[in-house]
Amino acid sequence: MLTRLGHHVNGALQRLGFAARFFVMVLLWSSQSFRRLHLTIREVYYAGFQSLLIIMVSGLFIGMVLGMQGYETLQRYGSADALGVLVALSLVRELGPVVAALLFASRAGSSITAEIGLMKATEQLTAMDMMAVNPIARVVAPRFWGGVISMPLLAALFSATGVFGGYLIGVVFIGVDEGAFWSQMQASVDFRYDVWSGIVKSFVFGIAVSLIAVFEGYDAQPTAEGVSSSIKGTVVKSALAILSLDFVLTSFMFREA
Amino acid sequence: MSRKLLDLWVGIFVAMGFASLLFLALKVGNLAAANFSETYPLTAKFVNIGGLKVRAPVKSAGVVVGRVADIRFDPETYEAVVTINIDGRYHFPKDTFALILTAGLLGEQYIGLDPGGDAAMLKAGEVIAKTQSAVVLEKLISQFMFNKASEGPVEK
Repeated sequence: MLTRLGHHVNGALQRLGFAARFFVMVLLWSSQSFRRLHLTIREVYYAGFQSLLIIMVSGLFIGMVLGMQGYETLQRYGSADALGVLVALSLVRELGPVVAALLFASRAGSSITAEIGLMKATEQLTAMDMMAVNPIARVVAPRFWGGVISMPLLAALFSATGVFGGYLIGVVFIGVDEGAFWSQMQASVDFRYDVWSGIVKSFVFGIAVSLIAVFEGYDAQPTAEGVSSSIKGTVVKSALAILSLDFVLTSFMFREA
Repeated sequence: MSRKLLDLWVGIFVAMGFASLLFLALKVGNLAAANFSETYPLTAKFVNIGGLKVRAPVKSAGVVVGRVADIRFDPETYEAVVTINIDGRYHFPKDTFALILTAGLLGEQYIGLDPGGDAAMLKAGEVIAKTQSAVVLEKLISQFMFNKASEGPVEK
């Protein structure tokens, strides 16, 4: 029993160490993969552009729900004019980066893991090594950077469509005053403090999710079962990493709030 | 998929991302609205500023004409020294009254400027002489209670 526990801990620590080494390797080989930039651009297309639909539709719906729920609560205190503030702040600070990252992890992260894992299972990575093509520079680094580049843009799109959804429900359907909606929002959303820290958050999430995705794929057991458990690992670990990092980052950023 | 088409889609994606960033910065945040093009500083001393905060608006006739830039405590006079940045387009007479007001019953506090009738205008860095402190609710209540008590028991 105790030996098994020790074995598990040992294995987990060993994987963590390998992940750290892997991260450094990806960074080191990045310069070589940037020399063939179209590889990264291709990954921005697969990870970023193809996630656009799910990100924007979810953003719109979350904004609309926020608009309805926020109005319901705010009008009890006679401050329905503050709806814009509520929608914008909750999206820009928290929901935008976090929900976009969660969606990104399940939409793009899992497919990256599956792709790399399957390449490993069919020994394509070994074949590349044999041909003196470094698989990290050729396969891993472009996918990693594609995710890192896409994530902040997707989070910004998510927040923007969310604000639009809140506007749609609040102003167009419920009839909150349009001027108050925007002006109160502009008065209380600070660019440096709110928008910028949201962008920084999504950037950090982008690094975390992309690293987990490529690492899980690269480290997968080269069997069908192993690849499927790696994909599961990507989604679960990304979600945990996003939420715990969000807690840490929030406590740093909004301490004086 | 051909490389040109791929580049096009990625370009569209990146452009949309940056457009929404711009939207967040300009329409949602106050990157453009907060910065008056040119401002000049004025200072005012208050006995009590209540809950006034840095970046609180300065209004005259209800229009935002500036923002609170800095709040310090003067250890000599035991007063609060508030520096405000006024929009360069607006000028106020020397005998302008600065009051600390509250927006609504529970709203945030701001500085109201009541212009006087002096022909000379306040210049950058000058001090607004006439100020009125924030109304502290506890003091108001205790004053009211004290007055009531000094009136004595009501005759029957």
